[in-house]
Amino acid sequence: MRPFKYSNASETAAAINAVVVNPTARFLGGGTNLVDLMKEDVMRPSELVNVTRLKFSAVEKKENGLSIGGTATNAVTANHELVRENYPLLSMAILAGASAQIRNMATNAGNLNQRTRCTYFYDVNMPCNKREPGSGCGALHGVNKNHAILGWSEKCVATYPSDMAVALAALNAVVHVEGSDSTKRSIPFSDFHRLPGDHPEIDNTLKHGEFITSIDLPANRLAEKSYYLKIRERSSYAFALVSVAAALETSGNRIKDVRIALGGVAHKPWRARIAEQWLTGKEATEANFKAAALAELKNAKPLEQNKYKVGMAAKAIVRALEGAMQGGNYGAMEADLTTTN
Amino acid sequence: MSETGKPISRIDGRMKVSGKATYAAEFNQPNMAYAFPVRASIAKGKIASINDDIIRKEAGVIAVISYKNAYKLKPLDMQAQMKAGAGFLGENLPPLQDNTVHYPGQFVAVIVAETYEQARAAAYKLQVKYIADKAAVDLKTELPKSTKPKMFMGEEAQVNEGKAAGPLAASAKKVDHTYSTPVEHHHPMEPHATVAVWEGTDKLTLYDATQGVGLTSAIAAYFFGLKQENVRVMAPFVGGGFGSKGLWLHTLLVAMAAKAANRPVKLALTRQMMQTNVGHRAATIQRVGVGTDAGGQLNVLRHHTNTYNNLTQFFEPSGKQTLVLYKARLREVTYNVAHLDRSTPTFMRAPGETPGTFALECAMDEMAYQLKMDPVEFRIKNHTTKDPVKGHDFSSEFLVDCYRTGAKRFGWASRSIEPRQKRQGKYLVGYGMATATYPGGRSAASVKVLMNNKGDVTVMTASIDIGTGTYTVLAQTAADALGIPVEKIDVKIGDSSLPPAPLAGGSQTTASIHPAALDACVLLRKELISMAIADPGSKLNGSKPDDIDFANGKLFVKGNKDKSDTYLDILNRAKRNEIEACATTLPVSGAGLTVPSALCTPSQTPAEQNSDIKQYAFHSFGAQFAEVWVDEDLGTIRVKRVTSVQDVGRIMNEKTARSQIIGGVIFGIGAALMEATEYDKRWGNPVTRTLADYHVPVHLDVPPIDVHFIGKPDPHISPIGARGIGEIGITGVSAAIANAVFNATGKRLRDLPLTPEKFFES
Repeated sequence: MRPFKYSNASETAAAINAVVVNPTARFLGGGTNLVDLMKEDVMRPSELVNVTRLKFSAVEKKENGLSIGGTATNAVTANHELVRENYPLLSMAILAGASAQIRNMATNAGNLNQRTRCTYFYDVNMPCNKREPGSGCGALHGVNKNHAILGWSEKCVATYPSDMAVALAALNAVVHVEGSDSTKRSIPFSDFHRLPGDHPEIDNTLKHGEFITSIDLPANRLAEKSYYLKIRERSSYAFALVSVAAALETSGNRIKDVRIALGGVAHKPWRARIAEQWLTGKEATEANFKAAALAELKNAKPLEQNKYKVGMAAKAIVRALEGAMQGGNYGAMEADLTTTN
Repeated sequence: MSETGKPISRIDGRMKVSGKATYAAEFNQPNMAYAFPVRASIAKGKIASINDDIIRKEAGVIAVISYKNAYKLKPLDMQAQMKAGAGFLGENLPPLQDNTVHYPGQFVAVIVAETYEQARAAAYKLQVKYIADKAAVDLKTELPKSTKPKMFMGEEAQVNEGKAAGPLAASAKKVDHTYSTPVEHHHPMEPHATVAVWEGTDKLTLYDATQGVGLTSAIAAYFFGLKQENVRVMAPFVGGGFGSKGLWLHTLLVAMAAKAANRPVKLALTRQMMQTNVGHRAATIQRVGVGTDAGGQLNVLRHHTNTYNNLTQFFEPSGKQTLVLYKARLREVTYNVAHLDRSTPTFMRAPGETPGTFALECAMDEMAYQLKMDPVEFRIKNHTTKDPVKGHDFSSEFLVDCYRTGAKRFGWASRSIEPRQKRQGKYLVGYGMATATYPGGRSAASVKVLMNNKGDVTVMTASIDIGTGTYTVLAQTAADALGIPVEKIDVKIGDSSLPPAPLAGGSQTTASIHPAALDACVLLRKELISMAIADPGSKLNGSKPDDIDFANGKLFVKGNKDKSDTYLDILNRAKRNEIEACATTLPVSGAGLTVPSALCTPSQTPAEQNSDIKQYAFHSFGAQFAEVWVDEDLGTIRVKRVTSVQDVGRIMNEKTARSQIIGGVIFGIGAALMEATEYDKRWGNPVTRTLADYHVPVHLDVPPIDVHFIGKPDPHISPIGARGIGEIGITGVSAAIANAVFNATGKRLRDLPLTPEKFFES
């Protein structure tokens, strides 16, 4: 970690201005990722502006949906009554991520801004186009078991690590941001994160100095049938190999609306639109789930070490949709495993 | 009533949980500076340049030390080092002595600054340029160039080389498969740290997170050319070691830094450094052959290990258990060791047996299945009651009891031999088992016991409590040997100025120091008895020593409790403030002390030493049983429960012993399901760099663990009867889990760890 300037912001405009005028300044939320990256010398901001004292921590009903504050913690959001009742998918996804301690610190805005956990990105002795544009991608022909199978480029095969964002993608969330001179804009969630292309150093479409004030969740009829499935190498506190956020609205057994988003497979939460289209209007059967999953993954391009992810993602989509059809209580079986005899 | 064996809580537990137990990095000194090392970014080559002059001008920087200006340590000289008890350097590479790089992460410089943050910031700015050579980074690629070492730790390394092929081919039933295990890292909770304080140029104090204060003292003394008594090493509390806290280079480095800065200096390793600078368990590729007759009687066992090392004679001895378990006409155990330009491998909890029992015990399971025999019965059929290589009787061996007791406690009888027979919802359920074993080591040790005229007793030895319970069990032994309550006993360990004890490794601490503690207490009692007998003011005056017994802080005449005298009265009448006794116990096996100075007189008490490796083979045994639930579609494996039955001799404290086995089993679950460090095959750098990437079990991964001890004291290892217990708990666990996965799914996975992807690849 290198020396940096630190300030506590009490006014939004001042906080934004402090970052806008300094190209190497950053907002600081819970610090659960940024501070690690600074300790690793991967990120070297000259100034941090603590925004956790700004008044953007509310979780509140809005016309036609719910608004969750940018500086609300992951823990508060996941456990909020309104979130649990209306967007259980989001609760499940947040609680599948990190650890209780980290969720207590991490903010929602920070969650969306977290960087990949690709270890070539973290190791300053290795090449990484995301960290140092033009240095090459270490993972492309390296240890890439946990890397992307969809949407990657020769420049970057990293995946986006958040669980929360996978659910937000499925829920058609909208990200509200504020920039210099109080300019406000809203970004549909699928446009928030980006694929690496030729510029993997750019994670998302926020401009420097833009601050996430809230994330809006439009109303839906998916709460009854939603499920977040995460496959990882241990039961908790590990990033997803593959995760699936699935939610359905059915009429009888016919699918009226379906949302599927994948984590751990791409540089952004991967909305499985092909699978969704395939399923809309069809019966909610295992065979249809399978066919939809395969249709989505037909475009997958695995790397040397992650061919397993294609098969795993296909099974995971089916399983997550089944879990959603069972009202999300599918998780109860998982819980069974951990109780004593 | 005996204190020994009671499940009392750790006597240091309150200190630990209230933050009063002081660990190495917490020994802050007045005027202390901070060191932060710089690690090599290449695997092999030379340092071309370092911009140290610029970095010296950075804020707070006191010194920038590299090969250009480092203190010249004594050069490596194995014979001289062995003589000085300093032969046990983790990696044979005194730090910063030249510009050669031998592995990625090697320390190439160290910054000393006023604050930790300044030292770290300067370290990041230091630019080291290299001339890189082509490095050997992949085990499979380098195997053709590997060598066959003749010896391992004083034993023949290649046993019956080439002799098993014929008998194996001729066996009616045979299994011959390759099993592989990855690089694993120890990652104790407490990262390594050292605070170095010089007094002039000839006296050094090190507060060090170490498994052996004597070892650290001897090695530091050797390389700095000091008298060993002038290097005092303190480690009153150590937050786990698992084999990683021998002597690694940061300890010498910080002493060099303190010399250069002429101030006390602290150096604490980061987790990232713990991936490259304090050893690891090397990967293995093991080929195991098992041949039996048609009825399942073993003819032959063959165990060949391929592994690597660098800057050490050590290599992962994964054939060890194959020299001890089962009756077979012939066994061949061999090694090929390649050189890799990778950080140095070392001992890690159950070195050898952890990867070795995975291979052997999976192969035994494969054979049992081929025979359609119950795996427990197959093992009992081939059980040996003698060391199968040396022919000696085991000093004490209850392995068949372990199998039978374990099977009963676990409910093994309901297992079907055919896989895929049991389901719970989406999960396939399987049972598996494996044999556990680890040698029962014992070394020489000295213990001093002091009693004051308030009745308080202090037990002193330069041993270490790495979290195992050394403080507690020593107090229990002394309480029984003196007939006073545990609360009256203070234990002082973790200080090299105390009477020497072996390092806390190889599961030998309890077996080694307790006989000495017992003898010291007996000597102390003898002195009290002589004082009382000679004292006209004592009711015991004139009694024969053999007629005197002791209990509750008193001596008394056997059969006549009224004729008694308290320890306090004896001391007070004699106007003695304190008395002390010291004993050194030397097992006949003759392992020498690492510290030649300050020996107490070898003990001459009736509790004579009877650990004789010429007559007996000392081994602990156990049986591990596991139930797994496998979600085949997703590749996830959950261990649902484990039963571990252990034959480790006398149990000194049921609670701390159980904790050790639980810890070992959890370590085994990690090895089975998730732990692995991966390296980039082009540059050799570890790609698994932190605890975020190096997965160890979380609470949710740990099922109920049923631990049972056979508890029969070993009549030959010592008068105490306890063998070590630190390592055996992990052995066999990964095999039991992999065997359970086969029983659940019919899939035989031979490459650890069993991460979800393995179900998609295989």
